[in-house]
Amino acid sequence: MNLRRIGADFTIVFRSYARNPVALFFSLIFPIILIGLFGLIFSAAGSTSTTIYVVNDDHGSEPSHAFLAALNETKVVSVQLVQVNASDLASWLGKNDKPVGLVIPDGFGAAYDSNASVNVTIYTDPLDAADSGAALGAVQEVVNEFNLGHIQSTCGGGAGCKPVVGVSTALVGSPVYRYIDYLIPGLVGFSILTSPMFSLVDVSSSYRKEGIFRELSLTPLTRSEWLTSRVLWYVGLTFVSAGIMIGAGVFLFGAHVTLTLGVLPFLVVGPFFFVSLGMLCGSVARTPESAALIGNIVTFPMMFLSGTFFSVSSFPPTLQAFAHILPLYYVIDGMNQVMLFSNTGRALTDLAVVAIGAIVVFVLAVRLFRWRDE
Amino acid sequence: MPAAVEVEGLVKRYGTLAAVDGIRFEVAPGTVFAFLGPNGAGKTTTVEILEGLRRATDGRVRVLGLDPWTDGGEVHRRIGVIPQDFRFFEKITAKEAIEYYRALFGTRVDPWELLARVELTDKANARFDTLSGGQKQKLGLALSLTNQPEICFLDEPTTGLDPHARRAIWSVIRSLRREGRTVFLTTHYLEEAQLLADHVAIIHHGRIIASGTPEAIIREHGRAPRLRVQAPAALAERLHQELGVEARSDGRSIVVDLADKHDALRVLSAIDHSGLPWDSVATEEDTLEDVFVRLVGRMDDGALHQETPP
Repeated sequence: MNLRRIGADFTIVFRSYARNPVALFFSLIFPIILIGLFGLIFSAAGSTSTTIYVVNDDHGSEPSHAFLAALNETKVVSVQLVQVNASDLASWLGKNDKPVGLVIPDGFGAAYDSNASVNVTIYTDPLDAADSGAALGAVQEVVNEFNLGHIQSTCGGGAGCKPVVGVSTALVGSPVYRYIDYLIPGLVGFSILTSPMFSLVDVSSSYRKEGIFRELSLTPLTRSEWLTSRVLWYVGLTFVSAGIMIGAGVFLFGAHVTLTLGVLPFLVVGPFFFVSLGMLCGSVARTPESAALIGNIVTFPMMFLSGTFFSVSSFPPTLQAFAHILPLYYVIDGMNQVMLFSNTGRALTDLAVVAIGAIVVFVLAVRLFRWRDE
Repeated sequence: MPAAVEVEGLVKRYGTLAAVDGIRFEVAPGTVFAFLGPNGAGKTTTVEILEGLRRATDGRVRVLGLDPWTDGGEVHRRIGVIPQDFRFFEKITAKEAIEYYRALFGTRVDPWELLARVELTDKANARFDTLSGGQKQKLGLALSLTNQPEICFLDEPTTGLDPHARRAIWSVIRSLRREGRTVFLTTHYLEEAQLLADHVAIIHHGRIIASGTPEAIIREHGRAPRLRVQAPAALAERLHQELGVEARSDGRSIVVDLADKHDALRVLSAIDHSGLPWDSVATEEDTLEDVFVRLVGRMDDGALHQETPP
């Protein structure tokens, strides 16, 4: 590996790219359009009333009944009482495939009457953005109404009066997510996959056909140097496009993701993996046409089944099992872990899977990609 | 001084087809060697073996004393190549391309100097996809010189170019020779080979059918020099009877074969004394192209099969 040669080749890739407006558009602007499009489709869906499953631990109290009645009044949600322990509600909802639940804690009425703070807890399913959003909105609205009522009538409007009812949100032990929150890591993953794959599959076969590899093979540039400069370029491009996507997601579409440096390793190993994989696909093919076909066969399942647009956990079990053999799944899952769940342990496992895979595919690609015939 | 290129018993088979079938030749350092042959004769295969791009099936190949297949890296540092139909990254300018190659080879050539040398200075900042065929080929030539090679392999460098671009490339080839570099040229323009080459080898059906200086090949394989005179057919008859020379008429003029230069004087004097009307006189000699066409044609008729080396 010679840095001067890698640098020179990197410059060539950079210039070729920078002078190709279509490629730049697809790498940098297209994902933002996708964010907007998918965000719009999924947040506009469904306007019928949502059933909210309620555990009322404050059985007899007047305020709890009033609260639930007010919730029903909104017409946005309809209240359905369930007899499970409050602590089991999250798993009960999951098991029964119910999107939203609510817990009214023991002492809710007493707290309301005595001007003490109390929280109701709403459980939402981020995959069901429409129902979750509707329920969250309805609960929030009723809470506000309640607080207003409390301050004006129950408490008497005095200086010591304050809103007493708060909303805790929960999702099996984690905060609530909206669809857009999942969409950000998913689409960053989408562009980590598609940009290098489509380009490298095309480049590897067409450069061979046009004889450019033949010319390069007559220079001291080695195959691993050539591939390394591509990896570096796509890592850089991914940094920029992920930055734009996360920025657009957070500031334009109101996504809530943790902005952490923990995402950076995935922006490195992801492109590393897919540049190598694209090269590998192009190298095993004999013609540009068959290269494109192989590239598509490898790319398309990953585009949709790795948690890009839809969370893998919403898939039927067989499809979930299939998703677990897709490398992009680990890239996206890892980014979900660091950006949404702050689950470093699982993120590290994902990172290790992708990194080891990337090294294996890189070595295979360098081995199998020949720029001269026997 | 050892040969720049040595080839001995080289064979390249694709399946059962022998593209190159046991050829041998040597290229002396500092000379221009032209490797000629019709399309599909085995030219490009041979050149690619010399460049280390293909592996020989059998035989011994040395370029600068090295085996180009196993010592490819070292050979590539010391040779320059322009392939047939040179292609490059479309969005990269001519000057950037040279800077790229310079960095790859780690040499210190001045891009402007190289561009001037191939007469491409005015296109320094033009992207490759905007260059004409001739300009692309000139850039290919410039790139092949970035590492100041000891041998330049030019595979049909002027094919399809206009006469001006062709002459520009010729002048670079001549200057390379002046600098003491070896040039290995394949071409199917015989005129080009005759003009530039110190040594010519003609390959056909994977075998070398003629080899030597252009003059020697013409002498050995060409027809005798001829005198062409505008005169009636009767004069041909008269010359044959009087001097015993081969003379024939093609209607408008007669053609007389000349065994040596004294023949010309005897024939002219006999014409003058014949009393028959005659007009312009010209001598004709075979060019390399005539020889090439005859050799390749005869071989295709089967006549030369006996003459090929064992």
